[in-house]
Amino acid sequence: MFSRAYKTAVTVPPLLWVTVFLLVPYALLFCYSFWSVTPAQTIAHHWNLGNYRELLRVRVYFETLLRSMWIAARVMLFALLLGYPLAYYLSFHAGARKDLLYQLVIIPLWVSYLVRAYAWKTILGSDGVLNTLLQYVHLTRHPAEFLLYSPFAVVLTLTHIYTPFAFLPIYASLEHIPRNLVEASHDLGASPLQTFWRVILPLSIPGVLAGATFAFVLSLGDFLAPLLLGGPSGIMISNIVVSLFGAAYNWPLGAAISLCMLLLVVSLLFLSERLEKKWSYS
Amino acid sequence: MELLVSAPARNPRWLALYAALVFAFLYAPILVLIVYSFNGGGVGGFPPHDFTLSWYRVLLGDGAMWSSVLNSLTVALAAMAISLLLGIPAALALDRASFPGKAAFRRLVLLPLILPGIITGLSLLMLFVGMGLHLSLLTITLGHGTALISVAATDIFAGLQKLDRAQEEASLDLGANYWQTFWRVTLPNLRLPIIGAALLIFTLSMDEIAVSFFLIGRDNTLPLEIWSRLRRGMTPEINAISTVIFVFSLAAILLWYRLRARPEGQPELGAELVETAAAN
Repeated sequence: MFSRAYKTAVTVPPLLWVTVFLLVPYALLFCYSFWSVTPAQTIAHHWNLGNYRELLRVRVYFETLLRSMWIAARVMLFALLLGYPLAYYLSFHAGARKDLLYQLVIIPLWVSYLVRAYAWKTILGSDGVLNTLLQYVHLTRHPAEFLLYSPFAVVLTLTHIYTPFAFLPIYASLEHIPRNLVEASHDLGASPLQTFWRVILPLSIPGVLAGATFAFVLSLGDFLAPLLLGGPSGIMISNIVVSLFGAAYNWPLGAAISLCMLLLVVSLLFLSERLEKKWSYS
Repeated sequence: MELLVSAPARNPRWLALYAALVFAFLYAPILVLIVYSFNGGGVGGFPPHDFTLSWYRVLLGDGAMWSSVLNSLTVALAAMAISLLLGIPAALALDRASFPGKAAFRRLVLLPLILPGIITGLSLLMLFVGMGLHLSLLTITLGHGTALISVAATDIFAGLQKLDRAQEEASLDLGANYWQTFWRVTLPNLRLPIIGAALLIFTLSMDEIAVSFFLIGRDNTLPLEIWSRLRRGMTPEINAISTVIFVFSLAAILLWYRLRARPEGQPELGAELVETAAAN
């Protein structure tokens, strides 16, 4: 029903734009990672593997990547531990308040990321809200210094930020479970726990995988929360990239790290997609 | 509704309590933020004391802050225009045309939302430097507009899937050309997904920082202005501007629910996007 001209008119402009402003930039990132910086601080455009050799040689890059993955894994775990029961409660037990509660989970997403990280900073600081509260009720006498400027602060803040992201796909998958399956399980004599374990949980795995991927990937590349709350021990891989693109001025090395990160993220997305397909019942 | 009531045997108390605790975790920092914007004693310290509006007065007279708000509004509106102008045809193309690389195109468009913002930011920086463009609000706008095409494309594509093709067919049969049909039949039918996408793009752009961080020129957007002040030290003025933004965001959500006249079956704001991103 639609003519060739129509199809061309709707296809070509977005295709061209996306090629110029997305495909070319990502390709540039790839190219840069094989270039190098001259002592005169210009980019030398001859291809070599020097940056990747550097990444293997200097331990701090690999260690920081591992630390970032460890932080991201903890955020993922906590986001699931908070998000899943919440989604389950809303989907199966909230009754008439379901829609309202759903909105209440979404609303924090509208508060600026930066502002929420800042709020945690005002809470966790040594003269912050939490420490002064603890002293006010005489639970502690001296401020707990470990709260701020630590990986703990980064994990806590990122968990706060990404729990709604983990919640959303889990909730969607729970909502898609046909209720007559749950009822059949009850009718056939399964206890609520058995029903959850054998019917609901397996059917919600695709949502769990999607939520886990969101939380892990989004926190892996974060660089603002570590700068604001992490202190020296909370530095993450993106912070190294930022410094390489700033004061340290080594774009090619920064590009190589970014490309590794990109490959890691894309393969995780691919893996999670495969697993989701395997677990989906339709 | 009946199914929901009959299926679970009882309503476990501990689960409700747990859910309440998660809500407390989600809202505590926001509450602290708002309360301390009225605190005469600064950003920390319990209990809050000396209720004051002076931080709002400081904010009102803060020219740099307001010009960054103006910059952010300009960027968000322009990014919204770019994303919609490209996202609407992209959705039509995904719905109606077949072209080589269609699956790849779909994934590529979604990448900026799924990849860490730093990667997209750096890549665009390399492009703009290569093109010899000076970093400015224009480069940030191009970045936001491009990164958020997927929001428009996803929402509008979902709308197109529900659209009754017979209407467009009838319009074409009755002698309207494609342009007239698009303008008078297709577009009006997509009103809700377009408004929803526009609101979402606007808010995401207002809040975006990772991409902007690398594309910033001389003029700050609001998040970058806040960022530069945080590095200098914390003042309740940040709480005040955050509270103001929060109130406006809430107003935007309420506005969306008023517009979304039909309560049944309409997607929640952003829900399509999350589901598509999750399925990709």
